[in-house]
Amino acid sequence: MSEPRISMKEVEHVARLSRLELSEAEKERMRRELDSILAYIDKLRALDTEGVEPTSHAVPMTNVLRPDAPRPSFPQDEMLANAPERSGEFFRVPKIIEE
Amino acid sequence: MTLTLLTIHELGARFRSGESSSAEAAQAYLERIEALDPQVRAFLTVTRDQALTQAAAADVRLKARKPLGPLDGIPIALKDVLCTRGIRTTCGSKILERFVPPYDATVVERLRGAGAVLLGKLNMDEFAMGSSTENSGYFATRNPWDLGRVPGGSSGGSAAAVSADMATATLGTDTGGSIRQPAAFCGTVGLKPTYGRVSRYGLVAFASSLDQIGPFAKDVEDAAHMLRVIAGHDPMDSTSVDAAVPDYAAELGTGVAGLKLGIPAEYFIDGMDPEVEAAVRDAVKTLEKLGARAEPVSLPHTEYGLAAYYLIAPAECSSNLARYDGVKYGLRAPKARDIVDMYSKTRAQGFGREVKRRIMLGTYALSAGYHDAYYGKAQRVRTLVRRDFQQAFERVDLIVAPTTPNVAFKMGEKEDPLQMYLNDVFTIPVNLAGLPGLSMPAGFTRSGLPIGLQLIGRPFDETTVLRAAHAFERATDWHARKPPLP
Repeated sequence: MSEPRISMKEVEHVARLSRLELSEAEKERMRRELDSILAYIDKLRALDTEGVEPTSHAVPMTNVLRPDAPRPSFPQDEMLANAPERSGEFFRVPKIIEE
Repeated sequence: MTLTLLTIHELGARFRSGESSSAEAAQAYLERIEALDPQVRAFLTVTRDQALTQAAAADVRLKARKPLGPLDGIPIALKDVLCTRGIRTTCGSKILERFVPPYDATVVERLRGAGAVLLGKLNMDEFAMGSSTENSGYFATRNPWDLGRVPGGSSGGSAAAVSADMATATLGTDTGGSIRQPAAFCGTVGLKPTYGRVSRYGLVAFASSLDQIGPFAKDVEDAAHMLRVIAGHDPMDSTSVDAAVPDYAAELGTGVAGLKLGIPAEYFIDGMDPEVEAAVRDAVKTLEKLGARAEPVSLPHTEYGLAAYYLIAPAECSSNLARYDGVKYGLRAPKARDIVDMYSKTRAQGFGREVKRRIMLGTYALSAGYHDAYYGKAQRVRTLVRRDFQQAFERVDLIVAPTTPNVAFKMGEKEDPLQMYLNDVFTIPVNLAGLPGLSMPAGFTRSGLPIGLQLIGRPFDETTVLRAAHAFERATDWHARKPPLP
């Protein structure tokens, strides 16, 4: 067996960054699956990309500007209608800061 | 007359001559959906009342001889990733089970403005991530040609609905093949326009540099009518391009005489279904008989496209899906200790396995220490894939290839994520390069499953793609075959 491309510790770290709670079984399965996908992706290493410009977008574009004209925005009630919890005109969330 | 069998142009002609009404057509489709969809399972939501109201309004216009255009009164349906004002939009995800958008996507607004009648919202792989529609958070859609097989994905509901005559036409989205692959599997026409041709405003984002909206239709002319309505610049999407939108349907009849076709060697690989290869080679011969000239071209970086895609698309997905945090809309997990715990539990409960996998892969590829080796490398490979096409299009007008290496597979057959991803090996490079691509039926296997032919054009040259597709369709009768359904 070759060295795994991604360790359990890395899976836990990435899950934290991704804000995903994973069970122990999910972590192990995730590690195995990511490992096999990364092994496939490794074929890119064989390709010499020295001096090749990266493409982030297929259609060449620079800044797209429009006049900064005020216009009506969505009514507050409509924007809050899908919120799982609201309090008056606010989105309600669990505690963020320590007391 | 069975109205559900008709194309947009056939049904529209009957509406305008007064032989049939939009209300009759809407009713016929609603009845067919009720009878057939318990088996096919293409619809997540059926908008019966709205369909009948819209059809009645269309009939008033048609009776007054003032139709809004070729789509007036035509019953259509939409992939559930396109926002519809007042109609639940789930993206096939439990995290958006109760999400009711406050606005219409631009494409929806344009279809409404053209008089189209909305039958409902269609099933899909969760957040458009998948190639079989088995990743829906609700249920799997089945292939009308064989109910034990997948319809493809992620726009599986959109393909199955057209194939089973449960809508005249539908819209889907294509990030790595999600229109063309299900079109191939279900034997319909499916068109992914050039990136930037159609506004993405109101399309719930998966991978923003690759996502594009396009039609599924019963024939090429219908796809042309649908594209005409949805295409064009939109100030709400700064990546939509301000280029003239041709009257695609009017230019269909010009044929393929003198057209130069490129046949890429890299799209005929070991392990592909020999019946698919034979059908595509036959299709090239048919196009040659119609006056086109075929020559080999090389797209040498094809085999790297898939690997680059599985870094770029998950990277963009991990960023786009950060918005599902249980605050503004969607699910919120109860009993959280604090806000980070609430985020992590909400996302754990709301997302399915494939979505979690891609968020993890994308976050990993973008994380400190790996960004250059993975994401940066993939972007450079994307340049090479794009250059391959640019060089080929210096010599040819159109690239002709299979849509997929194989035909529709059995449900549950591809458990391994990588095996599933490999299905998209011929469609992904087109997204990386931002080109228009169309899939259309070009034959059937001996077991009766549709085979897809892929036509790839220059940027913003959907006209040539549709023209060649139309010529092929007129010379064959594959599109007229119907699946073995009641």
